Amino acid sequence: MIRKKYIVLLLVFITGLLACNKDAAEYFAGFQQPSDFPDPVYHFSTNPVTSAGFELGRKLFYDPLLSANNTISCGSCHIQTSAFTHHGHSVSHGIFDRLGTRNSPPIMNLAWNKSFMWDGGIFDLDLQPVAPITNHVEMDDSVENVLGRLRNSSVYPGLFTKAFGTEEINSARFLKALSQFMVMCVSSNSKYDSVMRNQSSFTTAEQEGYMLFKEECSDCHKEPLFTDQSFRNNGLRISMVNDEGRYAVTLNAADKYTFKVPSLRNLDYTPPYMHDGRLLTIEGVLDHYSDDVQQTPNLDPLLQKNGIKGIVLTADQKLKIIAFLKTLNDRTFVTDKRFAEQ
Amino acid sequence: MKYTFALAAVIGLFFTACKKENTAPYNASEKAELSVEFDNIAGSSDLQLNTGVYTNASGEKLTITKLKYYVSNFVLTNTDGSVYTVPQDSCYFLIDESNEETHEPILRVPEGEYKSLTFTVGVDSLRSTMDISRRTGVLDPTSDGGDMYWGWNSGYIFFKMEGSSPASTSMGNTFAYHIGGFGGYSSATINNIKTITLDLTARGTPKVKSGKETNIHLMVDVLKMFTGTTNISIATTPMVMFSGASVGIANNYTAMFRHDHTEN
Ligand code: HEC
Ligand code: HEC
Repeated sequence: MIRKKYIVLLLVFITGLLACNKDAAEYFAGFQQPSDFPDPVYHFSTNPVTSAGFELGRKLFYDPLLSANNTISCGSCHIQTSAFTHHGHSVSHGIFDRLGTRNSPPIMNLAWNKSFMWDGGIFDLDLQPVAPITNHVEMDDSVENVLGRLRNSSVYPGLFTKAFGTEEINSARFLKALSQFMVMCVSSNSKYDSVMRNQSSFTTAEQEGYMLFKEECSDCHKEPLFTDQSFRNNGLRISMVNDEGRYAVTLNAADKYTFKVPSLRNLDYTPPYMHDGRLLTIEGVLDHYSDDVQQTPNLDPLLQKNGIKGIVLTADQKLKIIAFLKTLNDRTFVTDKRFAEQ
Repeated sequence: MKYTFALAAVIGLFFTACKKENTAPYNASEKAELSVEFDNIAGSSDLQLNTGVYTNASGEKLTITKLKYYVSNFVLTNTDGSVYTVPQDSCYFLIDESNEETHEPILRVPEGEYKSLTFTVGVDSLRSTMDISRRTGVLDPTSDGGDMYWGWNSGYIFFKMEGSSPASTSMGNTFAYHIGGFGGYSSATINNIKTITLDLTARGTPKVKSGKETNIHLMVDVLKMFTGTTNISIATTPMVMFSGASVGIANNYTAMFRHDHTEN
């Protein structure tokens, strides 16, 4: 009799354990493909996202251990509440306050990126962290040093074991963990997305703005990611820095002064704008397109149609485009606890 | 009866002996070690980092403080015409003048006598774009402090020479030549991957056999970098990195390598 009781108890206990396990597995859904997005570009086959890998990547992303003087993490320049850009800084501040010359782009929908950086110089997300860590104006260190510190830490060997099966901490594992965190940062819950999924509808102004956007902007800022991933010159004045953009990577004269077309999702959270952060407001951006497009080498043909430089827009049309652009803000993305420092 | 048997035995012995003499030295299914020594020199002097003073084709005096380059994808052509390609995974080496241990890559090749040696200076485009987990050792982009890798423009630096010269107009009279470029990932750009083929017959063919060490000794005259299809003057171009000027330098340095002798 007593024995039977024990067996029942044991059974209950085991089912309880099983249920627990199942909960844990279901809680982490892994990489989710939004229904209205194209297929991702990232090579998940060589780096499948797991719960432990993602958590390790997140910890690394927010750890200042990655910089030479222990003060700067990836998260210092890519801040979640600013959709992972560097809020209020036109060019990212690096270690010892030396200045880089480019504005930090958001860590957002990177699984769809064919290339990284404003000039597309990096072709694989796994290779991206090497650039800021070794750049003198950013984290000013070497990956070897960072790996050494991780190996000596009390927590990382355990976290690498959870993510990759053994304690070994090498550059491939380090880089792949960071990628697992970054590809998970998907923004696809803006009002625009719910309209596209027939779950809500645009106001009249938003709808008219959308129509104008499709006419004037979406050849470059292509839906649903709001970039066609090409490199173009949108007529910014050449500044003192004389950043030649994509040319530095291809050495092809036709690429001079072209930059990656950026996504327009979450603009409200990502000022300032453009590769060097020269424009502070969305209004300023629209004024650029209507009044200040410059005839510099390789100015995009779409911005000099019929001999007219820029895009002809009335004040009212600008307001409508801005109303539409605001539907691309995704509050759930910038407040998602999964992407925050824990 | 007894007699015929003895005869047969003698004939048999004779044949096996013959066979041994003609072809037995090499067993092509057996692999053995062949080392290739990259002996860096500067004109008629042995290269000495930091202290040696040399003169380039433009008559400029210079001192070299750093010299590193990748060699990879070795291929050997047998005197019988057959070609052996060393498996890629074990075929990338970084020659670093400051580290003696790197000067003599060891290859494992089938036993045989070889008449020519082919290799790449740099890293092929396939490996340059391969998944990070398949790029270990000297190919780890983060190894050696990332010294041979451009983080901002994903790609290896194939050849790196740094030093100083009174002719240099840049800060501290330094010069730096960082040559790379695998052709571009999504848009075409410069391709400085160079393939070198050296004849080995004039100065001694390597006869590779298990149980002994065979060494191909190459002389690498680094001053050749400054001359050839384009003359490079330190005064006019003290710094060359990822730019059009790198193409001339890469073309020049293909002539750096010559076969000096073979130790069998
Ligand atoms: C000092 C500020 C700073 C730090 C620290 C920093 N970044 Fe960045 N990040 C930038 C800037 C600036 C750019 C754009 C540079 C360019 O285009 O040349 C950038 C670009 C990127 C991109 C490319 C995004 C795109 O859309 O092309 C990724 C991914 C990225 N960083 C990830 C990281 C990771 C991971 C770390 C930590 C290892 C990190 N960053 C640390 C400033 C920083
Ligand atoms: C010819 C292609 C093209 C067209 C058409 C175009 N853009 Fe752009 N846009 C770009 C490029 C390229 C950049 C980045 C330029 C840079 O930073 O050097 C950019 C940048 C922006 C930015 C800054 C985003 C950020 O995060 O920094 C905004 C906002 C923007 N465009 C909105 C618009 C709007 C609205 C329209 C239509 C009225 C439009 N664009 C039309 C190519 C285009």
